[in-house]
Order: sequence, then C-alpha cells, then structure tokens
Amino acid sequence: MSDTMQLNEPAAAKPQTIEKVSIIVSRGSLEGIYPALIMANGARMEGIDANLFFTFFGLDAINRAKHEHIKVATVGNPGLHLATWAGGVPGVSAMVTHRLAGEMEKLDIPPIPEFIELIADSGAGLYACKASVDMFHLSRDDFVPQLQDIITVGEFYDLAAGGQIIFT
Amino acid sequence: MTTATMLGTPVERDAEGFFVDPEQWTEAMAEPIAQENGIAELTDRHWQVIRFMREAYLSSGSAPSIRTLGKASGVPVKELYALFPKGPAKLAAKIAGIPKPRGCI
Repeated sequence: MSDTMQLNEPAAAKPQTIEKVSIIVSRGSLEGIYPALIMANGARMEGIDANLFFTFFGLDAINRAKHEHIKVATVGNPGLHLATWAGGVPGVSAMVTHRLAGEMEKLDIPPIPEFIELIADSGAGLYACKASVDMFHLSRDDFVPQLQDIITVGEFYDLAAGGQIIFT
Repeated sequence: MTTATMLGTPVERDAEGFFVDPEQWTEAMAEPIAQENGIAELTDRHWQVIRFMREAYLSSGSAPSIRTLGKASGVPVKELYALFPKGPAKLAAKIAGIPKPRGCI
C-alpha cells in the first residue's frame, strides 16, 4: 500500500521548459501553413529558439512567386461544411480565402509573406528541404531572401537536436 | 498573486511578475524590473518600446502584438529581439507595469 502511495506522489523536479522547437511545414494550403507560422512566432515571443523546415508543398510558403497566392483548400475539407461539389466551383476557394484573410487581419495576424519576414526577423531559422527542392526543380532564387539554407533531412535532425520536433 | 514592496510602495504582481494594476507602477520601477529579467540597463530604445507598450495598453485595454510593436513603436522587429532577448512583447509589458499580453501574435 505504501509503495503505491509513493508512486502516485508528484515528481519533485521542476517541470521542464521547452528551449527549442523545430517545426516542419509539409502542406501548401492556407490552413496547412498558418498553424506552423503562428507556433514558430509564438515560440520566439516566449524566448524559445525556433526553426522552420519547409518540405513538399509547404515550400510554397517561402516561394517568392507563390506565397502571396496561398489559398484555403475548399475541396476535401469537411471543416468548411460546404457541399463537396460547391468546394470545387471556380472562385469558391478565392472567396473563402478572402473572408478568412479579413478575419485574420482583425486579429493582427499578418499575410503569409509579411509573417515569414516577421518570423525571420525574430531570429527563427528558415530552411528548405533539399529533396523537395530537387523534386520540384527549384533553386535558391525561387525563395525569399530570408531562407537560410536548403538542407537534407539529416542536417535537419542535426539542427533539431536537443529540442522538440513538430510536424504540420 | 503576491504583494511586494517596490521602492517603498506596495505593488501587486502575478506569479510571473506582471503588474496586476498598472496604476501602481512608476517609471522608477522599470529599471529594477528589467534587472530582475536579465536586462542590465535600459537604453532610450528600450524606453521607446516600454512607453509605446504602456500607452497602447492604457488607451486600448490590451497589449499590442509583436506585429504592431514592430510596425508602430519605431523599433523594428530585429532590434526588438536584440533589446528584449527573451521575448519583446512579454518582457516590455512586464517592465512597463501592464498585465501579460494575451494575444497569440
């Protein structure tokens, strides 16, 4: 009995704080990109080190030609509570994106290009996945100037060492 | 919440050290709060942020986001992080004697 009681006692050690996060951005839709950006910015605001690793369609978030045109996925997104056929009607994705952008502006959430700049200025590291960059036939010039490097998955793990990895 | 004495005046601060009542704060308290948080000396640039933060809170009832801070305080984001390394919005709010910012941005 006394053994069980001991097991239930809270640990005496102080709860650990998070010192570093490495956030993987793998999706290219608006709702796929924003959570990662908000978490990276939020980490820096708490004094936590942050790295962002963009892979697959997540690369669009740092693609100079594309990151102003990120849209909400209106097809295959049950959260919108739209009829499936309606999500595919031309203009619906643009309209939903526009409405959401307005709501975010009210909350002082910046558009993606400005948000990327803010996060880079806050001292977070921005990295692109080499395999994805090669697969899409992209190069350094396709990305925002704040991109620190195009790295392999092994280099990403080196960067992430000692911190938490968050996949989005 | 704890009541502590600062420069001879009782002040109420929360568990993290944020002021509960901004009216209890005086400019002379900024320096000791900054030192508690690892900032050895407040420069004019620190003060620019602290005053902006406090005025924004007192006029709107909420602390500005890091985005607004970077755009409107006159101190750009990079410099904000250099001045307040452990998080500019939170630290400047603490030093300015206003409650902890609740926004996510």
